[in-house]
Amino acid sequence: MNKTTNQKAWIFLAPVLILVAFNAFIPLITVINYSVQETFGNNEFFWEGLTWFENILHSERFHNSLIRQLTFTFTILLIEIPLGVAIALAMPTKKGIWLSICLVTMSLPLLIPWNVVGSMWNIFSLPEIGLLGKLLNSLGFDYNYTRQTGDAWFTLILMDVWHWTSLVVLLSYAGLIAIPDAYYQAAKIDGASAWSVFRYIQLPKMKRVLTIAILLRFMDSFNIYTEPFVLTGGGPGNSTTLLSIDLVKLALGQFDLGPAAAMSLIYFLIILLTCWIFYTLMMRNEED
Amino acid sequence: MKNTKWLLPTIYILFLLLPIYWLVSMSFKSTNEILGSFTLWPQNFTLENYITIFTDSTWYMGYFNSLSYVCINTILSVAVALPAAYAFSRFNFMGDKHLFFWLLTNRMAPAAVFALPFFQLYSSIGFFDTYIAVALAHTLFNIPLSVWILEGFMSGVPKQLDETAYIDGYSFWRFFIKIFIPTILAGIGVALFFAFMFSWVELLLAKTLTAVHAKPIAALMTKTASSSGYELGLLAAAGSLTIIPGAVVVYFVRNYIAKGFALGRV
Amino acid sequence: MANIKLQGLRHSYADNPKNDEDWALKKIDLEWEDGGAYALLGPSGCGKTTLLNIISGLLQPSHGSVKFDDSEVNQISTDKRDIAQIFQFPVVYDTMSVYDNLAFPLRNLELAETEVHDRVTEIAQLVELTSMLTSRASGLTAGDKQKISLGRGLVRTKVNAILFDEPLTVIDPHLKWQLRSKLKKLHQLLNRTMIYVTHDQVEALTFADKVVVMNFGEVLQIGTPVELFEKPKNTFVGHFIGSPGMNILPCSLDSSNVKLGKYTIETANQVSQNHKGKNLEIGVRPEFIQFSDDGLPVSIVKVCNVGHTQIVETSFEGHKIKLIIDEDIVLPSNNVHLSFNKNKTYLYANSWLV
Repeated sequence: MNKTTNQKAWIFLAPVLILVAFNAFIPLITVINYSVQETFGNNEFFWEGLTWFENILHSERFHNSLIRQLTFTFTILLIEIPLGVAIALAMPTKKGIWLSICLVTMSLPLLIPWNVVGSMWNIFSLPEIGLLGKLLNSLGFDYNYTRQTGDAWFTLILMDVWHWTSLVVLLSYAGLIAIPDAYYQAAKIDGASAWSVFRYIQLPKMKRVLTIAILLRFMDSFNIYTEPFVLTGGGPGNSTTLLSIDLVKLALGQFDLGPAAAMSLIYFLIILLTCWIFYTLMMRNEED
Repeated sequence: MKNTKWLLPTIYILFLLLPIYWLVSMSFKSTNEILGSFTLWPQNFTLENYITIFTDSTWYMGYFNSLSYVCINTILSVAVALPAAYAFSRFNFMGDKHLFFWLLTNRMAPAAVFALPFFQLYSSIGFFDTYIAVALAHTLFNIPLSVWILEGFMSGVPKQLDETAYIDGYSFWRFFIKIFIPTILAGIGVALFFAFMFSWVELLLAKTLTAVHAKPIAALMTKTASSSGYELGLLAAAGSLTIIPGAVVVYFVRNYIAKGFALGRV
Repeated sequence: MANIKLQGLRHSYADNPKNDEDWALKKIDLEWEDGGAYALLGPSGCGKTTLLNIISGLLQPSHGSVKFDDSEVNQISTDKRDIAQIFQFPVVYDTMSVYDNLAFPLRNLELAETEVHDRVTEIAQLVELTSMLTSRASGLTAGDKQKISLGRGLVRTKVNAILFDEPLTVIDPHLKWQLRSKLKKLHQLLNRTMIYVTHDQVEALTFADKVVVMNFGEVLQIGTPVELFEKPKNTFVGHFIGSPGMNILPCSLDSSNVKLGKYTIETANQVSQNHKGKNLEIGVRPEFIQFSDDGLPVSIVKVCNVGHTQIVETSFEGHKIKLIIDEDIVLPSNNVHLSFNKNKTYLYANSWLV
């Protein structure tokens, strides 16, 4: 589109800027403020410079949380993206009752408050009285997610797959139905196999939506707080304490404002950088 | 080969429905039945959990509170995003690309980072424990998303429409309201949907910024779970009720879901 | 290379077709000779694309059979029918180079790479894509992309027919002209059956040896461009072809003559009393009308000067009659009369030539 150059655009942006700046800048300044000072209460602040940053970056607790978080995020990406695409490919293409049923039921998990998701899975997986827990135990597995780390991780990941795969499905589906029929017809004429159709037509045309899906899932899973908190509380021990949970413990639990603030900034920076790199890489490919 | 294609979505849908079924069936059991024995469906069907929720004002006010701030936030976010999206779509201006990216970075921010600062900020201006606090706090995440979605839809409308309207003598606002907005109604619907969705499901900030008067249902539930020794039946009922608004919204937009998820950008 | 026969073809997109409108193809019986250059001409929605897709197997007809060399192919899948089809908007595999695009159908047939290479270079030369073989297909112009589509259609050695579905729609006008003549040359070179669907009569008449005119799911006439011009069998054909098209005027029959109002008109075809009661019309092309001293009285409405000729629009009792005359003929100012060339004037009953 040919855009006109118009500096008056800033007027259109004023309401947005005011609201977002209010919510973003002031807290950001607060956080930066805390991250470079020490306080013992009584509104007394002492300059600490980069001490907190060094502390966090060298702290084993932070390293562990980070590793747990990375493990979590990459695991769910590896499961949810291919699974979501596969389901989207298998969904009915014609409008009709089956398609409506699919779309409505698949959207449900996305609209449930996150703590209810956590509670739901909490109850569902309890060894004695939850359907999943009871099922697994009666099949011979020694399953107890409140006591055993492996089981806690299993349940956590299963819950996230249950919760968010639909987002990938719906995004992929939207991308798929936008592909004009002519491409499929030409592929038939050219004698292409189903795999070729996927590789040369469907996947390339879904690149945009897949980028959005991967970015969103990366961001949201890296920031996740409520569901794991309600499910396991970060335990057993701290085996499922992901970054956000650790941060809230630090900030609102222990009131270690300095370290918490420094950790916040580092946390934010990691996400920002990763998203920016990924986005640039994917978009650069498209400009070709 | 094609005939078994339906297997995967079917299994997936069953997988999705299973925990929901369990929650709902538990809501119709008494806590005794739940803790006492394992039953696949309620043996002693009871409505006592739901009755408690509908009669205890602490409980049902929770739903009212949640719906209130969600509605405020949804309308506010989308209304404010409309002119901004228009600017991004139609104009070149100094710093436009950087501004757009900066907006998106707010969506990327972990809510945990803002928990404490928001608590202090909103307390200091006296908004703690109000609907408006949560509504405003959520705009941090919803406005960037709304702007992004709306810009996608707006870019699909050719500029000739604007130009023709000006030639025909429309003032900007008359054009915007009478001509432009009707063409992007689908986009507005999608933006409203996503804004509603995000605000309805978010817990951390909603809990941090409220205490009693504006406490959302989500926070009430977590309180119950940790204290007063596990009234599972009640919890299940409360949870089941929170699924309803989402289901209703999805039902209404079911014909547009597929198109909507394209976010206007496909 | 094969002779293609369509017998008793009927097709409806609706599940339970009830009346005429539900049928995209009402009844088609056609034979496409091996190696012929055909145009399938008709307005939008007349069923041309449906017909094409039935030939290539992308669509299964509700009734009727498709035969290649007298054996029925209804049950044979598209890729086994050895048909090439080029669509309205260019279809290229974006992630592949031009070379790989052209090679794609051959590789799906699992031919040896040396064979693939030979064939691709040969076809690339034919469609003038040699210089771009290593470029990525996605960044090219619409014209080049259509050439790739065309190349992919030609690259297989065993091709029964090449079907074109309005392929030049998205092409710039000056390139359209080039590609059109290229297609004609290709036909002469390759001698394969080519069926070219279009709603543009100029494209149809310049490309094809024989034109099939369709409307409302039926074939109205098959013939050479000259035959269609000189003796249209249906008023639609007469009106659709030619610029401006044939004049169609409602008329009546008295004891032995065709009458336009109270004026007798002589026609080339025989008139009989059987035709009474049907919807009668006279058809005569603007090229075969002249001003005369007596005959049909008309009033001149407007004149368009188009180079060597003038198109004059006249009016007779509320009906428009157009005629084409040389540029240097002076128009009569009053007492204007028209005479029709009786050898080129035809009577139509219910839209069909009697």
